[in-house]
Amino acid sequence: MTATVHQPPDHPKAEHQNHNLTGFIIFLCSESVIFLAFFSGFALLKTSALNWLPAGVEGLEWRMPLINTVVLVSSSGTIWLAERCMAKGNLVGFRTFWLVTMALGAYFLYGQAVEWSGLQFGFTSGVFGGTFYLLTGFHGLHVATGVFLMGLMLVKSFIPQNYVGGEQGVQATSLFWHFVDVIWIILFVLIYVWQRS
Amino acid sequence: MTSATFPSSPPENQSWNRYFGFNTDAKVIGIQYIVTAFFFFLIGGLLAMIIRGELITPASDLVDRTVYNGIYTMHGTIMLFLFIFPVLNGLNNLLIPTMIGAPDMAFPRLNAVAFWLVPIFGFLLIASFFVPGGPAYSGWWSYPPVSIQNPLGHFINGQGLWLTAVALSGVSSIMGAVNFVTTILRMRAPGMGFFRMPVYCWTALAAQSLQLIGLPALTGGAVMLLMDLSFGTSFYEAEGGGDPVLYQHFFWFYSHPAVYVIILPVFGIFSELFPVYSRKPLFGYVYVSLASFIIVGLGLIVWVHHFFTSGVPQWMRNLFMVNTMLISVPTGVKVFAWLGTIWRGKLRLTTPMLFCLGGLFNFVFAGITGVMLATVPVDIHVSNTYFVVGHFHYVIYGAAVMGIFAAIYHWFPKFTGRMPYEGLGKLHFLLTFIGANLNFLPMHPLGLMGMPRRVSSYDPEFAFWNVLASLGAFLLGVSIIPFLLNMLSAWVRGPKATHNPWNAIGLEWLLPSPPPEDNFGEHVPTVISRPYGYGTGEPLVEHQAEIERQLCLQEAST
Repeated sequence: MTATVHQPPDHPKAEHQNHNLTGFIIFLCSESVIFLAFFSGFALLKTSALNWLPAGVEGLEWRMPLINTVVLVSSSGTIWLAERCMAKGNLVGFRTFWLVTMALGAYFLYGQAVEWSGLQFGFTSGVFGGTFYLLTGFHGLHVATGVFLMGLMLVKSFIPQNYVGGEQGVQATSLFWHFVDVIWIILFVLIYVWQRS
Repeated sequence: MTSATFPSSPPENQSWNRYFGFNTDAKVIGIQYIVTAFFFFLIGGLLAMIIRGELITPASDLVDRTVYNGIYTMHGTIMLFLFIFPVLNGLNNLLIPTMIGAPDMAFPRLNAVAFWLVPIFGFLLIASFFVPGGPAYSGWWSYPPVSIQNPLGHFINGQGLWLTAVALSGVSSIMGAVNFVTTILRMRAPGMGFFRMPVYCWTALAAQSLQLIGLPALTGGAVMLLMDLSFGTSFYEAEGGGDPVLYQHFFWFYSHPAVYVIILPVFGIFSELFPVYSRKPLFGYVYVSLASFIIVGLGLIVWVHHFFTSGVPQWMRNLFMVNTMLISVPTGVKVFAWLGTIWRGKLRLTTPMLFCLGGLFNFVFAGITGVMLATVPVDIHVSNTYFVVGHFHYVIYGAAVMGIFAAIYHWFPKFTGRMPYEGLGKLHFLLTFIGANLNFLPMHPLGLMGMPRRVSSYDPEFAFWNVLASLGAFLLGVSIIPFLLNMLSAWVRGPKATHNPWNAIGLEWLLPSPPPEDNFGEHVPTVISRPYGYGTGEPLVEHQAEIERQLCLQEAST
């Protein structure tokens, strides 16, 4: 009569480890709302402002950000290749593409820094400057976080047997990176393409 | 052989120290949350006593006017961010894992971090009483332009601390919400499909989804406000091209759903408790469960009704009025389901049941004034008056806090292993019910007569109702004494509780009181029927009789 009570297949502790990806996806959904709030705030402020550009500012240069866009979009491709290598058990390929993605992310941050240092307006230059630095800065923070997470996953790949049978951390980081990429495309359209008010 | 198959006996003499440190057990964290929340409840309550003490006479004579502004701001902020959200997270921690048969939350360490942020931002908020210029004084909603002024010019000021605390509270709540949602989605007992889940879990899932959707907007808005205040940006400052109404959108996009974050779990508590104390299955289980998510959907598209007077276009007013009124449909479904549950049941008027009935009564009243407030003409007439304050307090204190008290009395034996005292409990109920109605009912006529909120002096013609309200408030203050007395003495030396003192149905009642650290451990029972099978004789899980027999044997041997 007692042998029927327990249910070994649903061992809770074993199941316990596998929720990271679920939790991370839920977190990303929530995180996207903060960008949605910033984007809609930007659109509302821009459409209702009488003088959008502060005095002496012509508009934004688009060449550097366009290069950055190409860099970030292609890094989404390289991280996908890295994940495929991982799925096939090719650790060397994984590390190579993973490093390339990290480098592209770092280049994006460098490009962003170069763009910032060449601008003739600051964070406090009216609502134009405020929203520009808020959006690009908050997104840049996410890029930096992504590069940091990738570094972490790269180090973990050197722990023997760690990535046998897939790794949720890699999947989560890659998902995060695609998320950062999509956010950038929306941001690029909003800030650099939609310049006329 | 039998003793090895079923959850080990309740842990003997576990150290009290575990409540004071970083512990990852959801049941410990739950109690940490609830005790911390009631500590802040006493502070927030003290501030309420000062407010009502000031308002008992028409003149501004008890505190300085600027101090008064700080006091009502902090009263609202403390009660929401440091009392009601933490106390609900505490209940979630205690109830969700035990109700779905999980050993713990999905992310136990994240859970503990989320809790420990509460005392940290609580400390920040309380510390603002002691900085130059005093605490934030722009009301709990902190609208610009009042909230972006810094007359003394100190970098560390009350408003800045307020914003930091609110942002941290958001971070903590998001951590909690990710945890609760993942746990409910992924860690249910075998056989427990979504439509076999207790309604409390449905409502917690709905409420925490709202947190995930709404909170980032407030956090983002608060960060922008902090930058306006401290770093000279002009997001909300008209001079620099900003728009103060934008903040109102951000704020209410979260803070209206926040009311549902509070009331939904209380709906869950009502849905759990009415069947137990009426000995009948919950009427319309499926509709009650789904109504929670209809409330989530509608609750996200009503926020503009908080600022019909802030220069909103007419089409927006009409749209949001209709959306707001629609919410009374799913809530009405729930109210009828509870009435259908009580109808012709064998009522047991225990303390938790009394709190539920009182809470339901107050909720219906608050719902009626809610529909009134949704109507644009009425809203414009009573906007920013005591009518709004009265409505709000009926929802939050009259319904939500009474529901929370019901939950505390109901599940106290489960998680402490001791029974609370009925006499003190009933006294607490009586004082709370009379006090709440005496306090908040007079606010409605006051609002209709035109008494504005957030003033420390008023026309003598408002005096009569204000005196009544203040007496009610003092009664509410007194009502906490039997509650605290009951909790403390019952926890220390109350009669021992059996595993199921209320004869309730649910996975948590198939655990010893208090449950062992990993709840069912590896022996999670398989759920075979819907919850609330009262009077049907249908067992909830496989081998229920055997499990209960073992629990009884265990209790007899200790």
